[in-house]
Amino acid sequence: MTAAAVSTDGLDGLDGVAGLDGAAGADNVATTADRRPPNAFLAVAGRSVPTVLLYVVSISAALGLCAILVSTTGGSATKVFSALLDGSIRSAGAWGITISTATPLLVVAIGTIVGAKAGMDNIGQEGQLLLGAGAAAFVATRLDAPGPVLLTASFLAAAAVGGLWASLAVLAKFTRRVPEVISTLLLIFIASQIITFALTKKWLLRALDSSSRTNNGEPLPKSARMPGIEIFGNVVSWGAVVALLLTAVIAVVLARTTIGFKLRMLGLNPRTARRFGVSAIGIGGGALIFSGAAAGLAGGLWLTGGTAGDRFTGGISSNIGWQGLLVALLARQKAALAIPMAFVFAGLRTGSNFVAATGVDRRITDVIQAMLVLSLLVPPAIQSLQRRRRRSGVAA
Amino acid sequence: MIAFGGSLLDVLSSNTMYSSTVRFAALMAFAAVGEWVAEKSGTMNISVEGMILTGAFTAALGSYWFDNPWMALLIGMLGGFLVAAIHANMSHRLGANQFVVGLTLNVLAVGLTAFLDAQIRPTVTRVPEFEIPVLSSIPLIGDALFNRTWVLYLLYPLVPLAWFIVYRTRWGLEVRAVGENPQAADVSGIHVNKRRRQAIYFCGACAGMAGAYLTIGQSGSFAADGVSGRGFLALAAVIFGGWTLKGTIAGALVFGVFQALGSAYQALGYEANPSLLGALPYVMALATLLLFAYRSRQPSSLGRPFVRGLT
Repeated sequence: MTAAAVSTDGLDGLDGVAGLDGAAGADNVATTADRRPPNAFLAVAGRSVPTVLLYVVSISAALGLCAILVSTTGGSATKVFSALLDGSIRSAGAWGITISTATPLLVVAIGTIVGAKAGMDNIGQEGQLLLGAGAAAFVATRLDAPGPVLLTASFLAAAAVGGLWASLAVLAKFTRRVPEVISTLLLIFIASQIITFALTKKWLLRALDSSSRTNNGEPLPKSARMPGIEIFGNVVSWGAVVALLLTAVIAVVLARTTIGFKLRMLGLNPRTARRFGVSAIGIGGGALIFSGAAAGLAGGLWLTGGTAGDRFTGGISSNIGWQGLLVALLARQKAALAIPMAFVFAGLRTGSNFVAATGVDRRITDVIQAMLVLSLLVPPAIQSLQRRRRRSGVAA
Repeated sequence: MIAFGGSLLDVLSSNTMYSSTVRFAALMAFAAVGEWVAEKSGTMNISVEGMILTGAFTAALGSYWFDNPWMALLIGMLGGFLVAAIHANMSHRLGANQFVVGLTLNVLAVGLTAFLDAQIRPTVTRVPEFEIPVLSSIPLIGDALFNRTWVLYLLYPLVPLAWFIVYRTRWGLEVRAVGENPQAADVSGIHVNKRRRQAIYFCGACAGMAGAYLTIGQSGSFAADGVSGRGFLALAAVIFGGWTLKGTIAGALVFGVFQALGSAYQALGYEANPSLLGALPYVMALATLLLFAYRSRQPSSLGRPFVRGLT
């Protein structure tokens, strides 16, 4: 590393993969002018296109593509849209269910954001969540304690197991340089096999009186169900309050505390962070473990307060982990933004229950979710390219 | 313990074992060859899973529409290429984070193929086995390697071809250069991001072949959960191989053995916990990464975006 290279190091994240933040971070230290002729696509997009317009165009394009997809496969896009609205907010009690679904998504997303801020790309939430839910189910069905104690104990167990699972990836990264992107991914598949195994053993998760061939967990006791708050006929689980509190705390910690600053510094520029004495293992590894613990906690919240039924099953995670990860990507590392995004995704999820009635397969909502994420990646990327061009004095 | 050892020996020496090892390994090898080229150019291409899945589905569509395995293969490759085109242009033209794009494309592929499969319900004609005379009578491995569908035989020329392209052509040299030192490559006049995009296109076509092999060569139908993480195993195979082609293929074989072990063990009527056997390939992939990732030298700029003018 040359001296010149060091001098250009600001906190602008050109070292390595700068977190799960969509656009490449490094756009403001262009030392050499980019002399290539401007790209035709960018010329169309223009230099002075306002941010809002870019987003509107991009999102409409994504939704338009989904509508075309529905129409060309023999469905009606307007009916699907209306069914989505019915299922997510319009029908009786739908708000409450959507919020209860948004809760685990938000918690997963908050954890992911913390990890990504520190430059640790955890993408194994699906497995961490599943194990977390399993741990919560184990404690909730075994421990004989009054409601609040029981719930707290199961949440702690869920978070601990989720964090433990993520810590395996931390170990692999810092002792053997295995990229956490790969290890967390592979750990998902191992986690799901562990749960399948646990559901075959009565001393682990299998229901004690189970004689059927389908392996399910013991029904949760009443005291292990998260109490709900009733607002205008909608039952909202207390878990939502927990999730919102957690979001607020994390937002403040990230923005206002030393540890939050260290974390962000590590994510933006690990080299600078190292010089300031930030421990990559302590802070970075801690952030990854935290994101695993959050995913585990989300599993506990989903089990006790979600709409997953009254007992633990092997399919309980049903993409909540993946979707929570997408929420974090959509929120672009901003904790506060994760709240509305989680609600939108939860709406798509609960709305999908009504889509089947229109004759269109419900998994269209998975497509919509992914398309939304892709569409939101485009505007910031275009803008960062434009900023770079402008600064280096090349007419766009 | 002795009983277990005996059963293991029995399984390992069985014909089922050899043939299912090749079956599992071939799927990963197709994809891993492509992934290897993409990683040589500096992209950690995690959307390979989505590429295989899309390829598997579009191959089913091709078989359904044209009732012709060649068209199915072609359309399968096209499906993989399509995912690659989105990935390449978003991460190496627009500069979006390659992990984010890859991850989202995987999710998109899962949703889109499941949705379209439910809407269209394509029926697939499976390609029958084609025995290569002489070679197929080699003891032990002959039947497993040379009495398969012709789709699998495509792998045999593909591997040396990929090696030749990467190590013996100008394009390959440039691909390796942009993976090792994009700044230097850029200064010497190589269009870094273009080479990286092209390498991803190649990966997409290979992964599409993997998908087509899965659909028309193996199962004879499309299953939404048919790939289930084997794209990620292909990715692990590249790391296992220390970014050499030989090692990558060896990695695919090793992971194939562990997958085959699970299915062969039960096929021969032995008692074993299916979920533990199911976890085996992933556990072994992780274990081999722990052993090998540290020692081997990856392309220096693997996973790092290239923006001109930055050090």
